[in-house]
Amino acid sequence: MAVDTQTVEKLAELARIAISEETIDEVGNRLGEVLQLVDQLQAVSTEGVAPMAHPLDEVQVLRADEITESNRREEFLALAPQSEGGLYLVPKVID
Amino acid sequence: MEWEIVIGLEVHVQLATKSKLFSGASTRFGAAPNTQACAVDLAMPGTLPVPNEEAFRHAVMFGLAMNAEIGRRSVFERKNYFYPDLPKGYQTTQLAQPIVGPGEIEIHLEDGSSKKVRLHHAHLEEDAGKSLHETIFETHGHGMSGIDLNRAGTPLIEIVSEPDMRSAAEAVAYLKKIHSIVTYLGISDGDMSQGSMRCDANVSVRLKGEEKLGTRAEIKNINSFRFVEKAIVVEAQRQIDLIEDGGSVVQETRLYDSDKNETRSMRSKEVANDYRYFPCPDLLPVELSEDYVETVRSRLPELPDAKYARFQSEYSLSAYDADQLTQERAVADYFETVAKESGEPKLAANWVMGELAALLNREELPIERSPVSAEQLAGLIARITDNTISSKIAKQVFEAMAAGEGDADAVIEKRGLKQVSDTGAIEKMVDEVIAASPAQVENYRKAEEAKRPKMMGYFVGQIMKASKGQANPQMINKILKEKLDALL
Amino acid sequence: MHQLTIAEIIRGLRDRQFSSVEITGHLLGRIEQLDGNYNSFITVTPEQALQQAAAADERLTAGGAPALCGVPLAHKDIFCTEGVRTSCGSKMLDNFTPPYDATVVENFNNAGAVTLGKTNMDEFAMGSSNETSYYGPVKNPWNTNCVPGGSSGGSAAAVAAQLAPGATATDTGGSIRQPAALTNTTGLKPTYGRVSRWGMIAFASSLDQGGPIARNAEDAAYLLSAMAGHDPKDSTSLYRPVPDYTAGLNGDIAGLRIGVPAEYFSDDLNPQVAARVQDALKEYEKLGAQLVEVSLPHTHLAVPAYYVIAPAEASANLSRFDGVRYGHRCEDPRDLRDLYMRSRGEGFGEEVQRRILVGTYALSAGYYDAYYNKAQQVRRLIKQDFVQAFEKVDVIMGPTTPSPAFALGEKKADPVAMYLEDIYTIAANLAGLPGMSLPCGLVNNLPVGLQIIGNYLDEARMLNVAHRYQQVTDWHKASAA
Repeated sequence: MAVDTQTVEKLAELARIAISEETIDEVGNRLGEVLQLVDQLQAVSTEGVAPMAHPLDEVQVLRADEITESNRREEFLALAPQSEGGLYLVPKVID
Repeated sequence: MEWEIVIGLEVHVQLATKSKLFSGASTRFGAAPNTQACAVDLAMPGTLPVPNEEAFRHAVMFGLAMNAEIGRRSVFERKNYFYPDLPKGYQTTQLAQPIVGPGEIEIHLEDGSSKKVRLHHAHLEEDAGKSLHETIFETHGHGMSGIDLNRAGTPLIEIVSEPDMRSAAEAVAYLKKIHSIVTYLGISDGDMSQGSMRCDANVSVRLKGEEKLGTRAEIKNINSFRFVEKAIVVEAQRQIDLIEDGGSVVQETRLYDSDKNETRSMRSKEVANDYRYFPCPDLLPVELSEDYVETVRSRLPELPDAKYARFQSEYSLSAYDADQLTQERAVADYFETVAKESGEPKLAANWVMGELAALLNREELPIERSPVSAEQLAGLIARITDNTISSKIAKQVFEAMAAGEGDADAVIEKRGLKQVSDTGAIEKMVDEVIAASPAQVENYRKAEEAKRPKMMGYFVGQIMKASKGQANPQMINKILKEKLDALL
Repeated sequence: MHQLTIAEIIRGLRDRQFSSVEITGHLLGRIEQLDGNYNSFITVTPEQALQQAAAADERLTAGGAPALCGVPLAHKDIFCTEGVRTSCGSKMLDNFTPPYDATVVENFNNAGAVTLGKTNMDEFAMGSSNETSYYGPVKNPWNTNCVPGGSSGGSAAAVAAQLAPGATATDTGGSIRQPAALTNTTGLKPTYGRVSRWGMIAFASSLDQGGPIARNAEDAAYLLSAMAGHDPKDSTSLYRPVPDYTAGLNGDIAGLRIGVPAEYFSDDLNPQVAARVQDALKEYEKLGAQLVEVSLPHTHLAVPAYYVIAPAEASANLSRFDGVRYGHRCEDPRDLRDLYMRSRGEGFGEEVQRRILVGTYALSAGYYDAYYNKAQQVRRLIKQDFVQAFEKVDVIMGPTTPSPAFALGEKKADPVAMYLEDIYTIAANLAGLPGMSLPCGLVNNLPVGLQIIGNYLDEARMLNVAHRYQQVTDWHKASAA
């Protein structure tokens, strides 16, 4: 079943992706098809099964508290669409 | 109607690690913009986080100091939202399995009473960068914000209390207790003015006796102890007025405006918050062994509560003095040095809370940068107890020491403030005053015996004046009495 | 010279039959001449390649050089390369030149290997046909009207067209094995955590794994030996010693227990593909292996679980592409929201957007338990199927794909049909197991892949098993050219 326009708009807003008026129905239809595919999961009982976020039961190795990085600001800032005075620029952030 | 205020605090504390929570970039405060933002902090494509062991050690120390359960298995999750100071588009934080579980601490109130406040949990997370709105950018004019990501990735612990506080004063006492614990542990500088410690307050009101909690408002980012108190007071009053006028409180985020002393709604941040937390697939569960936790426990420094108890028993201080002197580890250490070196804990306490506190307050200095060192203050107290100077002169000497004139002995020597205890010199001064005051001597002679001691005050005053305050008062009294009584 | 395998190039360089500069130059010439037909490269780096080749020749002359010194290779454009544009097949990163190398690239550079260029791929590795690339589709060298598979379609096509003897690739749900199957190459997805993910642009972090595509198992063993190993910069990389994968290639496989899951031979499978796979299994029996029926009962849930987990992880992984610090930024944003919405709306293609939206949906309030959590539970059931099977068998075999290469455009408009391309490969990613595809015949002159799924960290055995087959068969030598 197609995902309704309102839901598509909500998802697009959360994901910050502009979707044009013309394509929104098509996007909703396709999302509906994918959700129909994944809805097959509902058919199986998973009671008491622990969710598995990682394929291997490994634990984290921690890093020693050492400064290993040096200042590479100019290299990184060179990649930015807009920067000035060592800062990345964006349209004004309003709180 | 009698209202009850209910407060829970969320306190963010920056940890004093050298490097960031997930990268090897420096956390030093005040560097030029973006010079301490490495590829990981900038969320460059393909970069991955590796957690800092020291941040975990700090969090465990904190948990132990809060008498809390330690999360032996903790899991990082992603909290998703877009903001320019959040490079990855998610904050790596902990939710379901935090490093510190429920705990409890005791806070001490002004009236000498104590109260328990429960800790809900504390979790590790990364700080965001900073947006700078004020700068005008040459190439793009105003209408732009600049983003500095030096702070992005700095380790934080977020400490979430239960809604156990019932007044602004209790909230401040709790916050001060947290401040004192983190600074005692050395896991944070706790500097609120630099943002090392920040506080959000959840405030609600209800009629006294009501069990159900009222709707709460969250006041974000309050940056001083004083503002926490004021923000809670005005917010609680706003809610009470609202309800008494027939309105109801809306659950929302508010901002405290210290200029106007009011809170106001931050509606822009309320838009469709759905953080879509899920376990961070780039990080594995962190498991800490029992041994690890016990080793950290065995290396904990003495904590405020233990010091508070010990100062009362070991130095016979009052509960109030002990509380005042143990709130900050640096103050406690300073006091203890003065007390030990001078052997006079009571005098030490009076001086530290009196003259020294006034000086530091006046000069706006932390005790670590006191112009008078603990050793110097102990030296001054020693000169009081060995009668080299009087307490009154000591204040003068202290001011000179604060002005950088050297330690107590040097100031006393240079200014010639040494107390006169030479019998001959004092006898001479007594004789001169008696000779110059025939009328007062006559009155003394005629007076009843019981009134005479009081009448000696005039003579003592004159002698002190003649000696510029430096004559030993006990000796003046003794010699004067002998000489006056000889005239009877 | 382009027909040489990596093993042959290694010997040729040491025997002074040719220099690295010569073979590098030859392959660069071929790319220049032929890649217009295949579109397998996004970026070719001739100057850097020849410099690296010259340096490698000096190291070879000096002696003691690592095995891969002087061997020309191609890297999937998902691996960051310092100073060389790394696009991930996306308009979003069309202008992105990283100032750092992926660990995999660094390992090859340290070994003295030569980088010919960066290969085409589905955008952000999301696709099974290479049609989602911003740089246009890759064409299958076996039939340029057909897809080469994806997402590592460029790497597979470059190797199949003999433009490079081997290439790096990545596999999140089949992106090494499926294109290898469709182009008659040998591809290996290692155990999750065997190869560092540092500098490999993330699609789904708990599923992504880098690996090689080559002309045969021996060459894949050389490449994997250089790629594998613990990396302190990747928390999920395994702290386990790396064997020399070339050492055990010739070991006897008599007595090998091969698990054959009935679920991998269902109605979805093209009967001719099934026949080629059965032929291969018979070949293994001749080599002394024994076929054992096993059951992987949750196989049919692998695709549904994957299309929750992978998009969920991707929806967060791709949030960093916001037009602020690098990558595409829209013209004249009105405000911050407009900057985000349009930069991402313009920078991401349709399939990437779709997966981000699916992932956002699966994680959003009210759906998390029914989708994300459920999928992670099913994931455990799928893993348990394998753990039980590996109690009885040494490797599992079946088809890599349900059918041979399909026509360009055939499934482009039908995402779900495209997703089902990976029905046999996805489970290994969910379980973190190593998987491999090797050529096992042709159907209508299009290649068919035999899939080998191994136990955790059992890559050496898989390579041995594949190599022995390739010593008694010639399918892998069949050439598109």
